[in-house]
Amino acid sequence: MKFNYQRVNTVSEALEALSGNNETRKILAGGTDLLVMIQEHLISPGELLDISGIEELKEIGEDDGMIRLGALVTHGRIADSPLLREKALPLVESCGEVGSPQIRNLGTIGGNLVMASPSGDSIPALYVLGAEVILASNEGERSIPIEEFLIGVKKSAIRSDELLVAVIFPGMGADDRGFFRKLGQRKALAISKVSTAAIVSLRDGVIASARIALGAVATTVIRTPRTESFLVGQPLTPEVISEAARLCSEESRAITDIRSNAAYRDEMAGLLLSRGLAEIAEEN
Amino acid sequence: MNEITVKFTLNGEEVSISAPPYFTLLRLLRERLGLTGAKPGCERGECGACTVLLDGEPVTSCLVLVPQVEGRRVDTIEGLSDGDHLHPLQQAFIDESAVQCGYCIPGMIISAKSLLDNNDSPTRDEIKRAISGNICRCTGYVKIIRAVEVAAERMREDEI
Ligand SMILES: Cc1cc2nc3c(=O)[nH]c(=O)nc-3n(C[C@H](O)[C@H](O)[C@H](O)COP(=O)(O)OP(=O)(O)OC[C@H]3O[C@@H](n4cnc5c(N)ncnc54)[C@H](O)[C@@H]3O)c2cc1C
Ligand code: FES
Ligand code: FES
Repeated sequence: MKFNYQRVNTVSEALEALSGNNETRKILAGGTDLLVMIQEHLISPGELLDISGIEELKEIGEDDGMIRLGALVTHGRIADSPLLREKALPLVESCGEVGSPQIRNLGTIGGNLVMASPSGDSIPALYVLGAEVILASNEGERSIPIEEFLIGVKKSAIRSDELLVAVIFPGMGADDRGFFRKLGQRKALAISKVSTAAIVSLRDGVIASARIALGAVATTVIRTPRTESFLVGQPLTPEVISEAARLCSEESRAITDIRSNAAYRDEMAGLLLSRGLAEIAEEN
Repeated sequence: MNEITVKFTLNGEEVSISAPPYFTLLRLLRERLGLTGAKPGCERGECGACTVLLDGEPVTSCLVLVPQVEGRRVDTIEGLSDGDHLHPLQQAFIDESAVQCGYCIPGMIISAKSLLDNNDSPTRDEIKRAISGNICRCTGYVKIIRAVEVAAERMREDEI
């Protein structure tokens, strides 16, 4: 491992550094993806721009119902946040299942997003929360919906002069119930083979709205619109849950790769949905 | 390449030491500070043999770069005993025969210490979760989990 190293302590210093053209520069946050890729000789950046000391990117905030997570908030802090447990349960559950305690203490939400892995565990939850990603450069800030930020396997819409500064989303309301479930080879330190996040809004025992996202089944995280519209107007009975699971498996259209095969993934996507919904039904 | 100098608190004492910026904290500890408790295993964040506490939280020191520890607090297995007495976790690992080859143990004990620092009576599931980032190829974990329980019991008794 060898590279030049530059440390910045504020966002404006970072943007200044990023405005200079440098093909071989990489941003370093928690390092849990980047340093592993360097160790494995998958990349060999000429320079690392270390943003891990920028305090202003470590804040978890709420303003008028909108939650804002700075790019450097770690998975561990998300998993432990009482505010987020109340307002963003699927995200709390997904970040709580990333890697191991050690990885959760280093890895950041911003790094997870910029990696744009189909199995990035925070992403399905951010889809169902309706998140937007805030990108900054010397030219100003722009905000894009998460669906448009993630454009393919390990491809995002970020430009090389941009810094991901935050992710924002409306906090869950009093009627909203949500969850995240993942299936890997083992409980800890396992990349998702398939994951499911969902938020349903329950009024008088009937589903008023539903949002479902599947991770690790396709090139990016996908929504399941037919399952979502089927659920609206229904009570959470065992029959409704099993029909939703069947539809969700149909919509999953999974791929086969080294971690798992398509048919298994499709089936499990539905099963994870039914388990999550059954738990919500039980609690209400 | 030029070396940089970092100042940080290591096992309660201020240190100032130079190393290339691309050195990991793990290499700094082992090659420049002579502390070989934290072990290199996978060097990919997966095995936990290199676990140390950074500002009190367990991290894999193979994924932290030297300049990132500036001004921070690092605690390693070497800082646990007071010189005369082993830490209750260390003693319990011996008493419960929780050690075989020993390679994973420094990291394992650091993860367990971070748990007990925050929770003096953890459940079995909480112990499992706390050491889920530490792989042991020898013991099968049963005696390790028992050792953490024994240490927690003894530490609670000492409090009274
Ligand atoms: C052992 C192990 C287990 C893991 N398990 C899981 C798991 O279960 N689930 C999961 O989803 N992931 C897992 N990961 C992957 C990783 O921990 C996460 O993706 C993490 O969130 C990455 O964040 P980071 O801060 O470490 O990113 P870094 O490694 O610092 O950066 C990753 C990429 O993002 C870019 N980047 C980072 N921050 C910004 C920013 N603010 N603006 C612009 N670009 C930026 C970097 O340039 C780099 O290209 C695991 C990794 C390891 C080593
Ligand atoms: S050597 Fe650091 S986790 Fe394996
Ligand atoms: S005792 Fe040998 S790896 Fe744990």
